[in-house]
Amino acid sequence: MTNSFTDYKNSDVFLMIGANPAENHPQVMRFAGIAAAKRGAKIIVVDPRFTKTAAKADIYAPIRPGTDIAFLYGIMNYAIENNLYFHDYVVNYTNASFLVSPEYGFSDGLFTGLTEKDGNFSYDTKTWQYQTDGANIKKDPTLQDPQCVFQILKRHVSRYDIKTVCNITGTPEDVYRKVCELYCSTGKPDKAGNLLYAMGITQHTYGGQNVRATAMLQLLLGNIGIAGGGVNAQRGESNVQGSTDQAMLYHYIPGYNPCPDVNTPTLKDYIEKQVPKTSYWSNRNKFIISMLKAWFGDKATAENDFCYGWLPKHTGKDHSHMAIFQAMAEGKIKGFFAWGQNPAVGGPLASRTRDALAKLDWMVGVDLFETETVSFWKRPGVNPADIKTEVFLLPTAMSYEKEGTVANSSRWIQWRWKAVEPPGEAKSDLWIADRIFKAIRKEYQAGGKFTDPILNMVWDYDVPGHDEPDIMKVGREMNGYLVADGSLLDSFAKLKEDGSTACGVWIYAGYMFVDPALKVPACQRRSREDKTGLGLFPKWSFAWPANRRIVYNRCSADPAGKPWDPAKTLVAWDGTQWITNDVPDFGFKDANTGAFIPPNISASNCFIMNTEGVGRLFAPTGMKDGPLPEHYEPIESPVKNLISKQQNNPVAARYKGDFAKVAHTASPEFPYIATTHRLVEHYQSGAVTRNCPTLAEFMPEMFATISPGLAKKLGVKPGDLIVVSTVRGEITCKANVLPIVKPLKVNGSEIEIVGLPWHWGYQGLAPGSTANDLTPFVGDPNTMIPEYKAFLCNVKKASGH
Amino acid sequence: MRKLSRRDFLRYLGLGTAGTALLEGVSAVPALASTAEDKLPSFDMGPVKIKKAKETPSVCAFCGCGCGLIVYSEGDRVIHIEGDPDNPNNEGSMCCKGIALGEANTIVDPKRKRTLNKQRVTEVLYRAPGSSKWEKKSWDWALAEIAKRVKKTRDESFEERDDKGIPVNRTQAIAHLGSASVDNEENYIMHKMLRALGVVNIDHHARL
Repeated sequence: MTNSFTDYKNSDVFLMIGANPAENHPQVMRFAGIAAAKRGAKIIVVDPRFTKTAAKADIYAPIRPGTDIAFLYGIMNYAIENNLYFHDYVVNYTNASFLVSPEYGFSDGLFTGLTEKDGNFSYDTKTWQYQTDGANIKKDPTLQDPQCVFQILKRHVSRYDIKTVCNITGTPEDVYRKVCELYCSTGKPDKAGNLLYAMGITQHTYGGQNVRATAMLQLLLGNIGIAGGGVNAQRGESNVQGSTDQAMLYHYIPGYNPCPDVNTPTLKDYIEKQVPKTSYWSNRNKFIISMLKAWFGDKATAENDFCYGWLPKHTGKDHSHMAIFQAMAEGKIKGFFAWGQNPAVGGPLASRTRDALAKLDWMVGVDLFETETVSFWKRPGVNPADIKTEVFLLPTAMSYEKEGTVANSSRWIQWRWKAVEPPGEAKSDLWIADRIFKAIRKEYQAGGKFTDPILNMVWDYDVPGHDEPDIMKVGREMNGYLVADGSLLDSFAKLKEDGSTACGVWIYAGYMFVDPALKVPACQRRSREDKTGLGLFPKWSFAWPANRRIVYNRCSADPAGKPWDPAKTLVAWDGTQWITNDVPDFGFKDANTGAFIPPNISASNCFIMNTEGVGRLFAPTGMKDGPLPEHYEPIESPVKNLISKQQNNPVAARYKGDFAKVAHTASPEFPYIATTHRLVEHYQSGAVTRNCPTLAEFMPEMFATISPGLAKKLGVKPGDLIVVSTVRGEITCKANVLPIVKPLKVNGSEIEIVGLPWHWGYQGLAPGSTANDLTPFVGDPNTMIPEYKAFLCNVKKASGH
Repeated sequence: MRKLSRRDFLRYLGLGTAGTALLEGVSAVPALASTAEDKLPSFDMGPVKIKKAKETPSVCAFCGCGCGLIVYSEGDRVIHIEGDPDNPNNEGSMCCKGIALGEANTIVDPKRKRTLNKQRVTEVLYRAPGSSKWEKKSWDWALAEIAKRVKKTRDESFEERDDKGIPVNRTQAIAHLGSASVDNEENYIMHKMLRALGVVNIDHHARL
């Protein structure tokens, strides 16, 4: 999230799209309620289902799953046509005035540069680049040049007029018009629009472009970097922000530095290709060298490239969840750690996922409960004797049976203290990881393949007399320290590329630094001090980066440094110095002299992580499927694309064999749209909550929600057993007949929607059928996130019922 | 007598989370007349049993809101969980799922006694190839056996160079998933371990 939950009280209008916070992020509703009571904030909810969140909306806009780009573009088109966008913000803080190559073009759903090789499509981004004059990008601040970003965007979104949008999305036109009017009211200096989303936006074959569309709308309305605004991705697990920060992902190493791959076999290659000349990422060499110092200690020297050669280099291709299970099914993966994760319920096409597990030689499961994944060998319908996989199940500790930090959706890294001992033989995940690595290292003491990184990795977390590793030692390594004396760093600004600093996770620099006044590490702070009253809470825990609570906050003030809305001042230039209510997200003070840097310098570099220094309404780099979003249909769709001949994202991630199965467009066998969702009583795959008696009793069984009209047509009464099928399989569950789903009128015809919660599997106190047995194995080309949110199904009354 | 903290005050009132907004003056939400402070019923209570419990500040293990909670425990059992009124994320309020978090450790059994949740895995378990049951094992055995499996698979599949001769130092035969359910420090050392081994097939909940 760019902002924080506690900042939501400053919002004037909420646009909740692809999110159901009343069930999945309940605190959002408390803060939205505060904003409504305190400042008369309005809430817009855009969702295929009339959710509990929608029940609290001022405007509820139904939408067909997978049509968010059309929905968001229609609002942008409305803002541009009616001159409701925030002109001064757009001119100064976005790339609206930048000129794009005359070679750039877009025609009938495709951008220039699409190339085909062996039946696979990809884009060459050469024609998407800016026009340059030497080192400078050419600009037209009047925004009139036909090749400037603003004009390109204006032409692109002009195709998304209200009638076209509503034909695609199924949203009633009168409702949609109200959404446009209300949300565009935030394009004023003293109004804040808060766009919040969750998996309803990301889980599509163009989920990355969905997110781009949310950011572009917020840029147009001047809603980024201000209190009460932002692009706020509600994150679904207590530490999914943190586990992403620590890079439990193939393509990163900690702190969002790309994982080395075959294109960067040496440190020199990495610095040439991954360290840009401009933006804050120009410091990336300091981040990676400091990480190598933290990992390899004295062994890492300038002469040996700080042991960069010891890091694995991935293939440059896809090693994500879906690619892993395809490789597993092909017998290419022999050993597997399922660590606090339950893909046998949570992954796409979970039935094939479970089959793939049987191809493993060994699996190590680390969990609190016997999940569907670790017990796949005794699942209903299989004979354990046929499954040769060895399985180790290691009992782990619950959150309050150990200590450590978790990063919430607001990027706040909060400390959890230990309340009770883990039961029986259960141990903390820290202990388990520590002991597994030590046991492996012991094996390699006698030799083996490429032992250097194993034998030399800094691994010094023991405390004499204690069984548990010292988590503070781990934390200090992540935080970073001076190699010379081990003193902790208070900021990543102190990191060096000469090997004199060590830092495991540069964005966490400062999180363990002891607060001089409160005398505790920053992440353990519990002060409710909030001098501005804006909900910044600068001394409650630590927010990465740099304890900054609202990122891009330079944009909260005009180019001269005067806040757009003085009532919500984050930073302000008073003529001689900066007033800093939040930690500035720009160069405001000279590091050497301490002199203040006047506002004109930072005005043109207000998005410090972007090489061009401003927000991108048009993305020359970074996206594999176009510099602008474009509406495509989900891979499985009941209708043809109404906006172009291009039915699907041409570069969507697709997989092979059993995993390739998808229904064709407007399939008569699968006439309804299915979408998965969650419930407040359960958590993800239900591994924990289906083992908690109260929650299992609250929400005991799997169901599918269908509209009263569909139920009548099928002869189904509430509670009847129904069979929900897709081209990939079928499940049986109870029918929940409620008008919270209603057929949508799409291009003149009515289309039914089926809602499927995905919390159930065959284990636990409350077993039930698994929605993900039905979901398609296709994904976004940038993120490889599966398309869980829109696919085709059929529904029948179960025979004999 | 020591000054009553806000939490003590809540506890004596027996208000729990419902009163938090009122006491904090969350201000934005005007209190209903019937719940205004001076109109609340008063209680003549003896010592509050929860007083005996150890109070530990924690953060909910479910969604990404980061609600603070107070874990009340007696010995090894969690006896109660409530929202932490000081934590700005939730100011004492909790959802139904968060308030039930203690059940991952402690449940009330049919005899109305607090016991460990019987569903918890509390022993190291092993399932041999083709077997239809788990066997109990020791940590020492399991760690040593896992290490042998990792070494065998890694060394058999290890690529020092790829087919173009580029040094890659990796294994593609081991995969790891997880976890958004464990702490930052735990993820960090897991990541270090995996990269030291040359594992490139790494993913977790963030993509699902």
